[in-house]
Amino acid sequence: MKQLQEKAKQRQLGDSLIIKTAVRLMVPFIQLFGLYVIVHGHYSPGGGFQGGVILGASFILLALAFDMKTSFKHMSEKVNAILGNLGAAIFIGVGLICALVGGLFLDYSALNIIIPLGPVEWRSFGIFLVEVGVGLAVMSIMVLLYWNISSSGKMDEGL
Amino acid sequence: MKTLALLATLCTGALLLYGTKDFPAWGDPQSPANSYLSPKYIEHAVQETHVPNLVTAVLGDYRGYDTMFETVVIYCAGMAVVSVLRRNRSQ
Repeated sequence: MKQLQEKAKQRQLGDSLIIKTAVRLMVPFIQLFGLYVIVHGHYSPGGGFQGGVILGASFILLALAFDMKTSFKHMSEKVNAILGNLGAAIFIGVGLICALVGGLFLDYSALNIIIPLGPVEWRSFGIFLVEVGVGLAVMSIMVLLYWNISSSGKMDEGL
Repeated sequence: MKTLALLATLCTGALLLYGTKDFPAWGDPQSPANSYLSPKYIEHAVQETHVPNLVTAVLGDYRGYDTMFETVVIYCAGMAVVSVLRRNRSQ
């Protein structure tokens, strides 16, 4: 990894204005598309896993085109860890609340007791809540894996 | 030790391959999964969940437990990588 980094520095490959500008323009649209894939999972192919990977890819792209510090500016390590844990907690929390209010574990129609939307609507909305949790967790873990592996755990420069 | 591990792997693989002989044929309409489970999902999923995309309905509602542990698997992978690789600057 170190040798590769030095080689790249010698050949002056790391600082391309075209790549940086293109990435800066693309990242918001990639993130918007990721959110769309998560939210539109009820009607089209997509859902939490796919949307989460697209969201994570936008931050990985930032870290690739600039450096790791720039990606920390947009998503710090702490926020990333909080979002990842929150995502997993949303999924398991929704399931637990279903069980606590008297239904089965992950039977979303039981949530009708808390907010009366109708059991069928709650099953639809419960899937949405769960997908958001999956999306957050997958996004955070993808970014975390890239950060750790590309900088061998030091979180200083990356590739 | 290595040959022992290889032997164990080969035996398990052979057993699993032998087990696949009893599977129903690929896309067999008479197989147990296709004869009552799939038609039930296809006929009732939209009524029961109001989700037009059947894949999402099955993934998020009928098979929610499976999806939960898929998330947990990814989460564990992340935690394992962090616990092995992450180093603080002071060390």
